[in-house]
Amino acid sequence: MGRVSIKNVSRIFKKENKSGTEALQNVSFDVEDGEFVCLLGPSGCGKTTLLRIIAGLETQTSGDITLNGVSITGPDPKRGMVFQQYSLFPWRTVIDNVTFGLEMQGIDKAESRRSVEKYIELVGLKQFKNSYPYELSGGMQQRAAIARALANEPEVLLMDEPFGALDAQTRNILQDELLRIWEQRHVTFIFVTHSVDEAVVLSDRIVVMTARPGKIKEIVEVDLPRPRSRTSPEVNRLRDRVLKLLQEERFKR
Amino acid sequence: MKKSFIKTIEENGIEALSLIIAIAIWQFVADIIVQNKLLLPSFYDVTASFFAIIESGLIFTDTLTSLLHFSIGILAAFVIGIPLGIVMGWFKKANRAIDPIIEVLRPIPPLAWIPFAIVWFGLTHQAAGFVVFVGMIFPIIINTYTGFKNVPKVYVEAAKVLGCTRNLDLIRYIAIPSAMPSIVAGIRIAMGVGWMCLVAAEMFGVSSRGLGYQIWHNYYLHRMDFVLVYMLLLGFVGLLIDRFFRYYVDAKLLKWTSGTVV
Repeated sequence: MGRVSIKNVSRIFKKENKSGTEALQNVSFDVEDGEFVCLLGPSGCGKTTLLRIIAGLETQTSGDITLNGVSITGPDPKRGMVFQQYSLFPWRTVIDNVTFGLEMQGIDKAESRRSVEKYIELVGLKQFKNSYPYELSGGMQQRAAIARALANEPEVLLMDEPFGALDAQTRNILQDELLRIWEQRHVTFIFVTHSVDEAVVLSDRIVVMTARPGKIKEIVEVDLPRPRSRTSPEVNRLRDRVLKLLQEERFKR
Repeated sequence: MKKSFIKTIEENGIEALSLIIAIAIWQFVADIIVQNKLLLPSFYDVTASFFAIIESGLIFTDTLTSLLHFSIGILAAFVIGIPLGIVMGWFKKANRAIDPIIEVLRPIPPLAWIPFAIVWFGLTHQAAGFVVFVGMIFPIIINTYTGFKNVPKVYVEAAKVLGCTRNLDLIRYIAIPSAMPSIVAGIRIAMGVGWMCLVAAEMFGVSSRGLGYQIWHNYYLHRMDFVLVYMLLLGFVGLLIDRFFRYYVDAKLLKWTSGTVV
């Protein structure tokens, strides 16, 4: 179960002397259990801030976020996160990275190694499980990071532009793989991106945000069957609609 | 065996030849031009003295004494310096509290502590160890601190969302491994400084044995060939310590940094 509910969340970044910058203003929406939601918006709109608040890495100035009815106060393994930067621990091999969460729960090394095997296979890194991160390509590192987040069996998986640093080809492949994983595992996904293409291909709903201060501009239902073709007329029409929403934001500034 | 020996000579021919020529020039200059054992003992004299101290066993007692002083210093510097650096790097307030003290003490040359070393510890191994300790502790503290300061934020956050939230766990599982290259670099710098301090401490009478002591002692006796033997010994032992440390550490602790320069 992973139902996330965001109510009237605002976040103001205070500078020492001046009045603060308002990053989020009164954001409210719900994410259903097992849903795939993308947060989309122009850069600086506070989408990453919102995700970090959900992760518990930052705190809101006002408002409340709950997971299954329980308020979020700090980081918790129930809410996994994949970062935009490469975040694998470079001093650990792939498998030791993936077992990290289980080790923190006090499960012994041999047993956690056995139980994460399936996640490493799920992301297709079986051959590389004893490699160090510096030996992997960017795409492989992000796959390992996904496996590491999944190994904790989170209820929600928060993804902060995880494919942002990858080339277009790898990006498309990883999007497809992510959808495959999402279909196999019962996990709620909240995915931050600035790419309209990515949002349209991946999500059940797209939360489009306004430029600073970040508010919800519109929540777009993506009622298209999967697997989606990236170039079908329906997808194009939707992409067009979302792009127009974002364009309005650009002119407002 | 023989083949590999020949191969080694072939591979390191230039290096070996250079050493041999240097020794030949040394021998020639000392024996033919200077002709004064006090000013410049020849290679032959030094070799003879070297075998003399092996025969008398002095070489072993003095080397071991020096190594003992060095170990006392390095151990104390580890036990005090690394935790201090960790606390300063992780907790801002601790840094603000400790940093001024360190900044006042750090510029004092380690050898200036010799009088106090003698007053506090007497003419003991601990006194020499203390001077080595003073030389070693600051590079260790500063590099540990720097390593901790530079732990990438994303590793800490990644650990937190994976369920590693206590300070102690974050230090143990994230900050220490991440800072390890910097800590190791600090230790290597410290070992160089410590080795110098060791010799100086022994020369200035904190000890009545050890390689540094022997240099001074033989100088009083005007036996410059022995002085030179002990000088070369100091160089070689220092080199060996550094090499040993480098290979051990690179193989065990820093495998994951392959491709980067430590």
